[in-house]
Amino acid sequence: MHRFANPNRFLKLANAILPWAAGLTVILTLAGLYYALVASPEDYQQGATVRIMYVHVPAAWMALFVYTAIAVASAVALIWKHPVSDLFAKASAPVGAAFTFIALVTGALWGKPMWGTWWVWDARLTSMLILFFLYLGHMALMNAFDDPQRGYKAAAVLALVGVVNVPIIKFSVDWWNTLHQPASVARMDGPAIDPAMLTPLFLMAFAFKAYYITVALLRMRGEIAEAKVRAISMSQVHG
Amino acid sequence: MSGFLAVVRRDLRLALRQGSDSMMVVTFFVLTVVLFPFGIGPEPGILERVAAGVLWVTALLASMLSLDRLFQTDYEDGSLDLITRSPQPLSVLVLGKVAAHWLTTGLPLLAAAPLLAVLLNMNADGFGVLVVAFALGTPTLSLIGAVGAALVLGARRGGVLLSLLVLPLYIPVLVFGVSAVDAAIMDLPFKAQLLILGGFLLGAAALCPWATAAALRQAVE
Amino acid sequence: MTDQAFDAAEFAGENLVCIRGERIVFADLSFSLGPGEALLLLGPNGSGKSSLLRMMAGLLRPSAGQLTWGGEPVADDPEAHGGRSRYIGHHDAIKPVLTVHENVAFWSRLWAGDGSRETVEKALDAFSIGHLLEVPGRWLSAGQKRRVNLSRLLAAPAPLWLLDEPTTALDRATVATVEHLLAEHRARGGMVVLSTHTDVSLPGAKVLQMDDFAVDPALSGLDAEMAVAEDEPWTEGVRP
Repeated sequence: MHRFANPNRFLKLANAILPWAAGLTVILTLAGLYYALVASPEDYQQGATVRIMYVHVPAAWMALFVYTAIAVASAVALIWKHPVSDLFAKASAPVGAAFTFIALVTGALWGKPMWGTWWVWDARLTSMLILFFLYLGHMALMNAFDDPQRGYKAAAVLALVGVVNVPIIKFSVDWWNTLHQPASVARMDGPAIDPAMLTPLFLMAFAFKAYYITVALLRMRGEIAEAKVRAISMSQVHG
Repeated sequence: MSGFLAVVRRDLRLALRQGSDSMMVVTFFVLTVVLFPFGIGPEPGILERVAAGVLWVTALLASMLSLDRLFQTDYEDGSLDLITRSPQPLSVLVLGKVAAHWLTTGLPLLAAAPLLAVLLNMNADGFGVLVVAFALGTPTLSLIGAVGAALVLGARRGGVLLSLLVLPLYIPVLVFGVSAVDAAIMDLPFKAQLLILGGFLLGAAALCPWATAAALRQAVE
Repeated sequence: MTDQAFDAAEFAGENLVCIRGERIVFADLSFSLGPGEALLLLGPNGSGKSSLLRMMAGLLRPSAGQLTWGGEPVADDPEAHGGRSRYIGHHDAIKPVLTVHENVAFWSRLWAGDGSRETVEKALDAFSIGHLLEVPGRWLSAGQKRRVNLSRLLAAPAPLWLLDEPTTALDRATVATVEHLLAEHRARGGMVVLSTHTDVSLPGAKVLQMDDFAVDPALSGLDAEMAVAEDEPWTEGVRP
C-alpha cells in the first residue's frame, strides 16, 4: 500500500477532537435542557412559553455563526486553496440551514401565543427567512455540478458575495420593517432578561456549538472516505 | 477601455442580430403586470396602492429571465475561454458584458415602466421618481445577476438555480426602489431612498465585476 | 501580421500537477521551451494533453508546481500571459450571427488592439478564405470554421502558440499551410506547443509523452490535494 493508506494530518486531528466534541455536546445539552425546562423561572407575562427561547435564540445565533464560518472557510479555500476548507464549508451548510430552519419554526411557535399568529413580517424573522434562502442557494449550487471541485469553488464565491450582502439585506429589511410595522405587534425584546434565564441560554448556545463541531467533523470525515471510494471505482473505469 | 467598448459593441451587435431577447423581456414584463388586475381585481384604489411594488417585483423577474444567456452561449462555443485569458482585465470585460445586458434588457424595462404605471392607475407624481429609481436600480440587478449567471455555468438546472441564488440578493434594491416611488406618491421626501439606490449601484459596480470574473475563471477551469 | 522577430523568453513548467474532477491526470510534469522551439504532446485520450495546454494557457490552475516565462511565474500576471500567448482549443468560438470579419476583428482588437480590416484580410488570406470575409459564421463548414479560428493566430500575433489538435476537420492542403505557418512562426522566434492525433510535421520538435507522468489511478485526488496543501511529498512511488 502506498502512503495514502495513512490518515493524513487532518484526519488525525479530527479523530482526536471528535470524542471530546461529542461528549461535550451530550453533557451541555442535558445540562442546558435541565436548566431550560426545570430549573429556570417562568416569565411573568409569557409563562412557560418563554422556554422556547432557549432553543430559538441559540439557534438564531448559530444560523449567523455558521454562515460566518462558511464565509471564512470560503475565503481560505479561495486564497490558500486548502481542500479541508472546502470540505468544512460543504459540511457546515446543511447544519447552518437546519439551525436557521429551527429558528424560524420556533419563532413561529413562539409567535402564535405571543402575537396570535404564526407568522409576522417582523424584521428579525424576515431576515432569518432570507438567510435560510441564502443557505438553500449555497447548498444547491454546491451540489449542482458533476465535478465536486467546481461546486466547492462556485459555492465559495457565492458565500463571500452572500456575506457582503447579509448586512445590506439586514439594513434594508429593518428600514422596510419600520415603514410597515403594524402597531399591534409586541416586540420580542422586552425588559432586561432575568439572570436565571441566562444560564440555560448560554448552556444551550454552547451545546449547539459543540454539536456543530461534532457534525461538521463527522461529515468531513465521511466526505474524505467517499472521495477514496470514488477514486477506487473510477480507477476501474480508467484502468 | 478599448476592451470594454469592443465587448459592448460585440454584445449589442449579437443582441440586435438575434433580436428576440429584449422583446421577450419586455413582453414578459408587460404580460405579468397585466396579470395583476386579473388577480387582485380592477379597482383603481387597490391597483394604485400596489402599483410600485408590482412594477418592481415584475421588473426583477423580467431582468432575471435573460440572465442565464449572459455567459451561456460564450461558455458553450468556447468564446469564454478566450475572453478570460485576454490581455485586458477580465473585470473590465465583464463590466462591458453587463453594460450590454443592461442596454438590451434594463433600458427597455425602464421605457416600459411608466406606460405600465398608467395601466395600474399610479399617481402621476410618482412617474419621475419611478423612472429615476429604475435607472438606478436595474443596472444593479444586472450586475448582481451577472455573478449568479457566472456561478451557474455548467450546472445542472442552471436556470432554476440562478433564481434561487439571485432573488434573495435583489431584496435591498426592491425595498428601496418601491419605497422611493411610494414616498413620492405620498408627497414624502424620497431623496434618501434614491441616494441609497445610487449607493447600491456604485457598490455593485465596484464589487460584482470582480466576483463575476472570479466565477468565470472557475467556470472555464 | 508582422515579419519582425519576437523577443520571446524561455517558457517553462516545473513539477506541474493536474487534478481534475478528483482524478490525478498527471503529476511532476516539467518542460522547457526556448525561442523557435516546438513541443509536441503525445498520448492517448484522457492522458491530459488538453489539460496541459489549458494549464499553459492559464485557464487551468496547476494543483502544484508552476509555469514561468523568462523565470517569472506566469500566475503573477495573467493578463501579460494572455497578451503573449494564443490558445486554440476544441471549440471554434465563432458567433453564428456575426460575419467572419466581425468575428476575427473582435479578437484582434481585444488581444492586440488592432482589428483593422487589412489585418483581418491578410490573416484570412493566409488560409485562403479571404472570400469569406462578409459571410456570417452560421454558413461556414466545420473546416472553414477551423480555418477562421486559426486565422486569429495571425490577426493578433503573439510569440507563444498553444494548439490543441489544430488540424481537426482540415484537409491535407490546409494542414500543409498550417505546417508552413508553424515553421515561419518558429523562424521568427515564436514557440509552439501542439497536441495532435494526425501527423503534423514539426521538424526538431521536443516530444512530451504524457503517459510518463500518469499516476496510480486508484489514488484519491482529494488526498493528493491535501498532501499538496500541506506540502508533503507524495509523488514518489505512485507511478503505475
